[in-house]
Amino acid sequence: MKLFDYMGYEIIEKIKSREITILDLIQSTFDMIESTDHILHSFVSLSKKNAFKKAKEYDLSLKKGKNIGRLYGLPLANKDLICIKGFPTTCASKILEGYISPYNAFVIDRLLHQEGAIHIGNTNMDEFAMGGSTENSCYGPTYNPWDISRVPGGSSGGSAAAVSSGQSIFALGSDTGGSVRCPAAFCGVVGLKPTYGRVSRYGLIAFANSLDQIGPITKCVYDSALMLEIISGKDPLDSTSVDLNIDKYTEEIKKPIEKKIIGVPKEFFGEGIDKEVMGSINKSIKKLESLGASIVEISIPHLEYTIATYYLLCMCEASSNLARYDGLRYGKVSTDPSNDVYDAFSKTRGENFGPEVRRRIYLGTYALSAGYYNMFYIKALKVRSLIRRDFIEAFKKCDSLVCPTMPSTAFKVGSLIEDPLEMYTQDILTCSVNLAGIPALSIPCGFDSNNLPIGFQIIGDYFDEKGILNIGYQLEQELGIFRKTPPLISGGK
Amino acid sequence: MEVSNLSDQDSVVIIGLEVHIQLTNLKTKLFCSCSNDYRNTEPNTYVCPICLGLPGSLPVINEKTIDFATRLALALECDINHQFWFFRKNYHYPDLPKGFQISQYNKAGGKAFADGGKITVRLNNHKKDIKLNRIHLEEDPARLVHKGSIASSPFTLVDYNRSGVCLIEIVTEPVISSPEEAREFLKQLKSIVQYTGISNLELEGSVRVDANISIKGHDRSEVKNINSFREVERALRHEIIRQKNAIKRGKVLIQETRHWDDKRKITISLRSKEFEEDYRYFPEQDLGPIEIDDKFIQDVKEYLPEMPTERALRLRREYMLSEFDSENLVLDKRIADFYEAGANADPTFGSKEYKQYCNWLMNNISGWLNEHNLTIDKTNLSPKQIGDLIKYIREGKITSKIAKSFIEDIMQGTSVSQIIKERGRTRLSDENIIKKTCKDVIEENPLIVSDFFKNSKALEALIGRVMAKTKGQADPNLTREIMSDLLKNN
Ligand SMILES: [Zn+2]
Repeated sequence: MKLFDYMGYEIIEKIKSREITILDLIQSTFDMIESTDHILHSFVSLSKKNAFKKAKEYDLSLKKGKNIGRLYGLPLANKDLICIKGFPTTCASKILEGYISPYNAFVIDRLLHQEGAIHIGNTNMDEFAMGGSTENSCYGPTYNPWDISRVPGGSSGGSAAAVSSGQSIFALGSDTGGSVRCPAAFCGVVGLKPTYGRVSRYGLIAFANSLDQIGPITKCVYDSALMLEIISGKDPLDSTSVDLNIDKYTEEIKKPIEKKIIGVPKEFFGEGIDKEVMGSINKSIKKLESLGASIVEISIPHLEYTIATYYLLCMCEASSNLARYDGLRYGKVSTDPSNDVYDAFSKTRGENFGPEVRRRIYLGTYALSAGYYNMFYIKALKVRSLIRRDFIEAFKKCDSLVCPTMPSTAFKVGSLIEDPLEMYTQDILTCSVNLAGIPALSIPCGFDSNNLPIGFQIIGDYFDEKGILNIGYQLEQELGIFRKTPPLISGGK
Repeated sequence: MEVSNLSDQDSVVIIGLEVHIQLTNLKTKLFCSCSNDYRNTEPNTYVCPICLGLPGSLPVINEKTIDFATRLALALECDINHQFWFFRKNYHYPDLPKGFQISQYNKAGGKAFADGGKITVRLNNHKKDIKLNRIHLEEDPARLVHKGSIASSPFTLVDYNRSGVCLIEIVTEPVISSPEEAREFLKQLKSIVQYTGISNLELEGSVRVDANISIKGHDRSEVKNINSFREVERALRHEIIRQKNAIKRGKVLIQETRHWDDKRKITISLRSKEFEEDYRYFPEQDLGPIEIDDKFIQDVKEYLPEMPTERALRLRREYMLSEFDSENLVLDKRIADFYEAGANADPTFGSKEYKQYCNWLMNNISGWLNEHNLTIDKTNLSPKQIGDLIKYIREGKITSKIAKSFIEDIMQGTSVSQIIKERGRTRLSDENIIKKTCKDVIEENPLIVSDFFKNSKALEALIGRVMAKTKGQADPNLTREIMSDLLKNN
């Protein structure tokens, strides 16, 4: 067994017992990146020198018996929109070319400085997290480790590909409408989108600030639970972060689920779901039943409006969140001479935002304009509250909801990029969760006939990450497929 | 400047003001912990990821601003909203690092900090309530620095030290009917702000006013960028004349935004309504809803000091001052505090002394302060000194004329008894002796006296004789005053 075949918690044990050193771990990580990233293109920047320096430092500290935190030098692949002090953070956009953050995101302080993870590099993504395929990146696309002619999903595609291929033990992503869960499903790894407010967004570069949430991408549910324990909690610098007790997730997940009532929302099993995906999901639901959970049918009546509502709101918010990129203080500036400051702003923005980002800024600006605001934004807010109410009603009848993460498995690179509307409908099963602000987990539950992973989504009530991780863990153990690695690293099918 | 022959209808002026004041007494900015005191600092040193709007940063409300805004809302008798969201006001400008300003909005589901309220002004002995529409909180943009004027400067520099400083905007209803009324309104507002302790409006750049001005029946213009209370009256006057002249010449006034050029003292058209910016206001969801409960408001009310209107009433009651005197006395809290400290200090003082004390402060001392462009707290004058002056006058030790000649010395902190002692030795300042000497000189020099009304040098000659008789010890100012009086009554 190679190092990358182990789960994060297993590697931690190996380091604790001095079976391997942190330097071994970092060395094997970079060996893997060097041998695979020219194919996958998961990373947009690497922090090799610093990672080795840290590894040696931590090994020395361990030798001296010092506490270096709970993560024992575990490598972290960071999505290129979470700020790390002194490191370039670009959101895979030309407009942030050369931008180096002068401060750390809250989650970075927790993971790196408090718990001793080692940052190995930043991962590719759709520009400003706008997209579901990691094709909208100024650095070019990332490819799916299970089939390199296919997309890894998005927008956190680089993070999911890195974890799936063993380039990193865990990664951070951000989820605005499914951006952690979609690539986790497509790449056969575990992706968690916590409750809005569970994890501080300080230092997460905003796409749609009322929907964005940072989440871990890991090889297994236990690692996900461990990461959540570390990154959760109230941050005085994020007013929307919540001061709630953080559960001991790594213990909670091991409880039996025999008393659980699991809801199957019928609207999530409608038209457009791939047959093989459906089959695999139904099989997993049967497994949950066999573990003692009772299954009930649930309705989320307003699901059909979620795509329209989600895209309206996220575009409105994005049009404002991205207004700051004008080239005046940082980032790339148009070299075309300008007549005045507005001309300079327009040129800089026109030249350096990609087409999908421009499309969303235009549409969001339009929808917020006088005369349209009530028709679009206010109406979308109303529907959002109806969707929220649907979920609140559902959780009166059951503990968690289960459904597919994505309507199909990973699609071919280039197949949807010219058809934004079709691309948007890919979010149908994930984005209602962000509108409601509730947590959801995607775990691999099987493979289709092309040997592509299928994602199983577990949706929880507000702040019930404990519940969904528990179901996820028990199902994962029952399915027993989480150690399966893509052909790229296991040496072909 | 021409304007006459306008019908009555075309003479009715309607003014509404939007007054932005910085809460300069806050320690930190509105949404971050950078120092609020950006004045005289090295540019771009009082900044952080939040007030620079760096990617990934989030605003966090400075709780003290809610306290300060509550004080002002209570003082202005507004209705405080118990729950509201901040809104984003979206526009691009180099002084706005996020591409939007976090502000409040009273439409589209938004609420101001507080609605309504009023300020009572007095003009030509007539009282009027200027009704307020609302007050709200917002962040100050950065400061743009030019070399010379905006038009001629080869560059624009941006200093983000001011970015994120807390502003409170006070919006009146369009009920102000003259530049003088606007001036009185601002005078009262300044006084109220001073009493609440939220801001020092004497600081440069702490005030900015936008004014909506129209002549009844015509479209309005909005004059922006009036950077001091003093300039408001002037800008309003200018704009009213401009509009009236246009009407007289048969022009149609358009709704437009104009800029007050405080160098040239004129308003310049910036843009007309059709190019008016659409700010695309929508809720700032990085900040939760702000909640203000009755208990909080009650607590603020409890430590809110007595406001100028109440104080004026009390001064009338306790010190038997006239309405006019008391209202003037309370305007500047430092003067009113000084007055009460001094008037209260001597138990023998009664209504006569109270009135004298008030006159002293409002005439002689205020005059001196204006002349020297100082405030009373920046001098060495103590309340006791004015009290002593009044006592010495009452006891006949000095006349009020002589007392006035002490002003320069008491402002430096010299005690009244000390001044009398020194003057007795070096300078003759006993009014009776000087008067007697003056009379002697007049009798002895009838020729010069008869020349007095024709030749201005005659007075100097007579004063010269008095000085000679007293061997230069007579107080020259006092001598001049007495001699002039005697000659005029001769
Ligand atoms: Zn700051």
